[in-house]
Amino acid sequence: MFDGITPQLLFGQLLIGVINGSFYAMLAMGLAIIFGLMHVVNFAHGAQYMLGAFVAWLLLTHLGIPYWGALFIAPVVVAIFGIVMERLLLKPIANLDHLYSLLVTYAATLVIEGLIRQQYGSTGLPYNSPLPGGVNLGFMFMPWYRLWVVVFSVVTCLGTWLLIEHTKLGSYLRAANESPEIVESFGINVPRMMTLTYGFGVGLAGLSGVLAAPVYQVSPSMGSGLMITIFAVVVIGGMGSIIGAILTGYLLGIVEGLTKVFYPEGAGLVIFFIMLLALIFRPSGLFSGTEKS
Amino acid sequence: MPTDTALLEVTDLRAWYAESQALQGIGFRVNPGELVTLIGRNGAGKTTTLRSIMGIVKNRKGSIRFEGNELIGKRTYQIARQGIAYCPEERGIFASLSVRENLSLPPTLKSGGMSEDALFETFPNLRARASSRGTQLSGGEQQMLAIARILRNGCRFLLLDEPSEGLAPVVVKEIGAQIRRLKAQGYTILLVEQNLNFARSVADRHVVIEHGTVVDQLTNDELSADLNRVKTYLGV
Repeated sequence: MFDGITPQLLFGQLLIGVINGSFYAMLAMGLAIIFGLMHVVNFAHGAQYMLGAFVAWLLLTHLGIPYWGALFIAPVVVAIFGIVMERLLLKPIANLDHLYSLLVTYAATLVIEGLIRQQYGSTGLPYNSPLPGGVNLGFMFMPWYRLWVVVFSVVTCLGTWLLIEHTKLGSYLRAANESPEIVESFGINVPRMMTLTYGFGVGLAGLSGVLAAPVYQVSPSMGSGLMITIFAVVVIGGMGSIIGAILTGYLLGIVEGLTKVFYPEGAGLVIFFIMLLALIFRPSGLFSGTEKS
Repeated sequence: MPTDTALLEVTDLRAWYAESQALQGIGFRVNPGELVTLIGRNGAGKTTTLRSIMGIVKNRKGSIRFEGNELIGKRTYQIARQGIAYCPEERGIFASLSVRENLSLPPTLKSGGMSEDALFETFPNLRARASSRGTQLSGGEQQMLAIARILRNGCRFLLLDEPSEGLAPVVVKEIGAQIRRLKAQGYTILLVEQNLNFARSVADRHVVIEHGTVVDQLTNDELSADLNRVKTYLGV
């Protein structure tokens, strides 16, 4: 059954898996942070990721600002967009059922994607790799930019996790995750904290979008295709579990890559099959053990 | 004994959970340095009164004045910053935080808050458990931690919701001693209680609440002289 599987094929797909996993992890982490604190299922995460890529493309095309500048500017622009969105759309419905925020963010996705499609068309726009070339490892060719994506994503995820688990700011976030009322009764401006957290999560989506621009093409629908998988990652890892989202993201990227090698027909299904198993046998998520029930 | 210098003055306080009215017009005052209890049956509206003062119950009308400032219409964090600390009935110890993190969570709002060392001296049990997760503590230790935590930020007016609930008699005694010590240090305390003996052991005055209204107010001496007056309200 495994005849004809060359090292090039195996490691090539494994690399694609790790690359995809890097995006799954970063996006799922942002979703988990937002859901954990605000109980908002941020359906607009994919559109905000796409905006990150588009802002990078616009900066390059119209202002001549290269990738390395966009890596800082675009996430800030997208985060500000997120903060405005939270103030205008999410705050007014904060006391309603969580279903409403899901519908509002879904509607926002359709509007954002529609406007971008109207303006720039639905075909993908190219964004050249800022790190051309690569290195031959003997068993496979490793493009520099893909290596950068993996390293950058691991550092970002690790940094965010450390920020949340081991700093004072993170302790506010973890506490507000359990009981926003009590944290607010200590005199902490929890409503503002929620706005900034949403901005941070959305900024992470924008950052992922910039990172993705040279890997995938920049197109209005680049986020919506990814979002279904990201939601599966969050569900498998445990809603609101940050470390769960990160680890599940990488893990599922790799599993998906390996499935392409060993059972290509199942590659599109494997993540959802795992989600099914997780929902049956561990409905609170794989990494929910230390979280509140 | 009403005076013109009440620290907290609640007048005609009404509050709603969704459509149902929980408070029907509560009125009482707390003077500086006093320890006043709100006593009454389950569901009488005692906890709702505390949560309304703190702004956690947002749908509220009437007047709540603290040091002369109206609290109705203010957000919870703004109310806390006026110098009011709240220890909820469920204690609110964060499971994902260590004892030390729980303790250091409240920011300094007013000068004169207790340092971590001072708190560990006041509550020596907590020092040994500093790096444990909050929920690994016993019920009594959790209650100590919940009280210790609100002494950090320098607030001098404490709202305590049933600190004796679910604890062994010996632990209740210890909590009572801690509360008397806080009163001796000049803290003003509004305490919700159902345990009449515990309430009598710490309080200056009692406000009896039934069906969301104040039905009686009496001093601790008056209560001791005529326990039956309150026991009928409590149904014991």
